Amino acid sequence: MNLFRKIVLGAAVLGFMAGGTAEAANKIVMDGSTTVGPIAKSFAAYFTKTTGVQVTVSESGSGNGAKSLINGTCDIANMSREMKDKEVAAAKSKGVKPVEHIVAMDGLAIVVHPSNRVNALSKAQIRGIYNGKYTNWSQVGGPNAAIVKIQRESNSGTQDSFKELVMGKDNPISKKAETQASNGAVKNRVASTPAAIGFIGLGFVDNAVKAVMVDGVEPDERTVKNGTYPITRPLFMYTNGQATGVVKQFIDLKNTPEGKRMISELGYVNR
Amino acid sequence: MMSEDNLKESGRSGAFIVSAQKRKMQKLAKTGGESILLLIASFVAIVVLFIFYFVAVDAVPYFQLRGFREFFTSSNWYPADEPGEFGALAIIYGSGMVTLGSTLLSVPMGIAAAICLSDILPFSVRQYAKPVIEMLAAIPSVAFGFFALVIFAPLLQTHGGPILMWAWWILAAPFLLLAVIILSDLLTAKIENQNRRQQISLVLLAVFGVGALAFLYWVGSVLQGMEIITGTNALNVSIILSFMALPTIVSVSEDALQAVGRDLREGSYALGATRAETIVKTVLPAASSGILAAVILGVMRALGETMVVWMASGNSSHIPEPWFNYLEAVRTLTATIAGDMGEADQVTGSARYHVLFAMGLLLLVISFICNLVSERIVVRQRKILSGQ
Repeated sequence: MNLFRKIVLGAAVLGFMAGGTAEAANKIVMDGSTTVGPIAKSFAAYFTKTTGVQVTVSESGSGNGAKSLINGTCDIANMSREMKDKEVAAAKSKGVKPVEHIVAMDGLAIVVHPSNRVNALSKAQIRGIYNGKYTNWSQVGGPNAAIVKIQRESNSGTQDSFKELVMGKDNPISKKAETQASNGAVKNRVASTPAAIGFIGLGFVDNAVKAVMVDGVEPDERTVKNGTYPITRPLFMYTNGQATGVVKQFIDLKNTPEGKRMISELGYVNR
Repeated sequence: MMSEDNLKESGRSGAFIVSAQKRKMQKLAKTGGESILLLIASFVAIVVLFIFYFVAVDAVPYFQLRGFREFFTSSNWYPADEPGEFGALAIIYGSGMVTLGSTLLSVPMGIAAAICLSDILPFSVRQYAKPVIEMLAAIPSVAFGFFALVIFAPLLQTHGGPILMWAWWILAAPFLLLAVIILSDLLTAKIENQNRRQQISLVLLAVFGVGALAFLYWVGSVLQGMEIITGTNALNVSIILSFMALPTIVSVSEDALQAVGRDLREGSYALGATRAETIVKTVLPAASSGILAAVILGVMRALGETMVVWMASGNSSHIPEPWFNYLEAVRTLTATIAGDMGEADQVTGSARYHVLFAMGLLLLVISFICNLVSERIVVRQRKILSGQ
């Protein structure tokens, strides 16, 4: 999957280079979040195929996306957080007016083995499990079994979201947590390990695992959409001023049936 | 060599007569061919040097940025944090643990299988058995990894205790039996009356045998009571890696045992040695350098394997507690490189990018040292065997 994305990106870059310094109307440059990246790349591939406009997607983190937009080196900044006041001020001083577009919602499901009798956890309990405070399921109302915590690799966007939304700044994830390479791999490990807990994008949840209620809220499309599910965040695309021309066309993809299909296929929730 | 004139005089057919020009051409072709072969051979050597060079060039910036201390002494591996922490001690330890575990399992098994193939099985059976064992090497490592993750890990979780118990019985029982026999033989060797010696030997055998059985049973029942919480652990990977190293070890050491030759074996028999004595005291020492090479190759295979450990070791970068606990998840150097290389690049964080090359360099250096040591041992062994 990753390789495929790289190839798409590489092809986009090559195409961009072949086109040289194309007219502004013929290309879109995107920079920023790794979490929004999959949507951006999916949109880019589709957009290039249907309109012939070259789209370059760089993934260097939300902060870098904001910086690129402020410096005028990208048309769209992908961000998995809102722009900070400092960044907005910096943008204004450079004559850039950031406009926010929410492309999708991202919900992280906390999953356990279906045989686990734990149905609900509070955010504090999840934090305690992952930072090593709770090591046995009996401490959080489950059976007497040591907890196997499963996380994502260090550069995963899902991992970033989880750290930001659940763990907070000063709570590193315990070193004993096992690491799996993808949402699918985490799901498979949880499905085959009775004592496991993991976190995966909402789109990956199926009958093989059980998504627990967090702070009493069931994770599903509705609760993610209305924001009652606590591990939810919007994903942004920022433009300089109101989007016009091909950039507007690109961002409006999120409202088309095709765009919605891509978003939910990637495991995100439509707004 | 016969000269041209000689050939003419001897009246052979003209086909042998080579003109001076043709000879020149042949000489040219020979030199040309040789130089092409030399070029290809040196190209391979140069590729190795280039790999070393390029990995080192990208590894050095890491040590310039962060120094050596953190990498080798800390086990805090948080490369994505701001600021990142790059303590690789637990990861190096994980690599060592997995390699040691697979070596402990594969070397005795591999050498035993090689002896069986070369000295015990009849030739006709050997002809079929060896290719089958070598086929293990043809299975892609991702298939092994898939098996380890999807089948073996859940199996360890559901039937961990009984699996451990049976493994203990199968592995330990023969060794304990051998130890009991040797021990009672040694203790009674000084008694001169033959009848008395046999009687005492039997009694001792019975006593030790019961003791050994009790020990086997005790450890076995302890193991059976154990519960394996997570199947993706160091033990799982060690077992799978040992199977991956087996074909190399069996094949190379069997070749070494074959190379010892008939004359040494027959010499040993002629001196009145039994087959067991011949194998242990003559064939094995004579083949030891080859067997050592096989072992080193097997160790390299385990150390360098990536896919299986990435899929099935659990990848948690901590030193198990206690330190010998093979039932906990570990993380290895190779898996870390594979897992973190995807998104770490020069732009997002240079220490994070270069630390992976530092790990690659470490792996290269370890295998280089291993090869060097084995080379030295092989040379020394040859000298001893040839009586110099």
